Amino acid sequence: MKNVLVVDDSPMIRRIAKKILEELNFKASEAEDGQKALAAVASAMPDAILLDWNMPVMDGLEFLVNLRQMPNGAAPKVLFCTTESDVKHITRAMQAGADEYIMKPFNKQIVKSKFEEVGLC
Amino acid sequence: MSQAFAALQNFLLKSSGLSLDREKQYLVEARLNPVIAQAGLNNLPELVARLETDPTLAKKVTEAMTVNETFFFRDRAPFEGFRKAILPELLEIRAQRRRIRLWSAACSTGQEPYSLAMILDEEARRLVGWSVDIVATDIAESVLKRAREGVYSHFEAQRGVPMSHLVRYFTKRKDQWAINQNIKARVDFRQQNLMSDFSHLGVFDVIFCRNVLIYFAPEQKRDVLARLTRALAPGGYLVLGAAESVIGYSGEFKPHGENRVILTRRGPGETAPARGAAV
Repeated sequence: MKNVLVVDDSPMIRRIAKKILEELNFKASEAEDGQKALAAVASAMPDAILLDWNMPVMDGLEFLVNLRQMPNGAAPKVLFCTTESDVKHITRAMQAGADEYIMKPFNKQIVKSKFEEVGLC
Repeated sequence: MSQAFAALQNFLLKSSGLSLDREKQYLVEARLNPVIAQAGLNNLPELVARLETDPTLAKKVTEAMTVNETFFFRDRAPFEGFRKAILPELLEIRAQRRRIRLWSAACSTGQEPYSLAMILDEEARRLVGWSVDIVATDIAESVLKRAREGVYSHFEAQRGVPMSHLVRYFTKRKDQWAINQNIKARVDFRQQNLMSDFSHLGVFDVIFCRNVLIYFAPEQKRDVLARLTRALAPGGYLVLGAAESVIGYSGEFKPHGENRVILTRRGPGETAPARGAAV
């Protein structure tokens, strides 16, 4: 079973995302901001990260830049999952090393489609 | 089975070839209740009673019952097969003519032909000097209107579309995503009932006819497959849906390599296996 880290400051989004991921046969864990997510990946690198953009303490983009510099940090597939839904943000995410991009609101079909896109579904 | 359901079955079989079996009764309610309400009617028997005399209503019923779910790059394998197997082969086979014709039959709201158009755009360097036609048809004008507009909801635009394609081939308009003009211009949308003669569309190198034949009764399936065969150049490709097969309905096709959903039309010298054998 593949591990996915859900990084979002909203407990409700984390709960919905975890439920969908578990239905798709992933094992999901949570972090509520970029800094806590960095600590989480330092102890166990997941197979994928579902990443919010706007979060307190450390936002998603800063987390991604830090992640990609870590040993094994290139390994996990990173899928942004954010309300930012313009071409400018998607392009910045791609340049920073994101593998896919989900625009909120999302549903199970979109999550499945994007995880298929990165080869994990 | 109610009399109204039986009459509806009969009407749909004649008007569109749709074989509505009893297990699909749930579809009737879900799809026809809005039509019943819109027409100011109360129930299915009232609707069925008006089908003979009200062609506009009859058209709405056909459209409501035949519109099927679709999304970009649906099932992936047929599109990868098109990119990696069909297209390279056609580039060799058609090297003299330098023209390729594709048909997306029953294209619904346009995601399938636009997915093909995106692949052709990505492969543009190999297609310099080539002319590629994409004809896309559907029985329902309502979905063709949407297909021609090429504007998709937040959910539709995310399902099947990689982020790189979203950025490259779509433009955001408020909460929706519009397919870019260069992709839109590649597709020629036309109204076509597969039960009617479609020989005027010409001959194609590839026909995508996915998740359509499963709704046809056996006789209609045989008839449509025979006419699709004539619309396909010898050696041409027929791409079916994941759950579909021509076994028992046509001996004119053979599987293309390992890809189960891609078939090729047998050449004049190739004999078909005995009926019932694997295609």
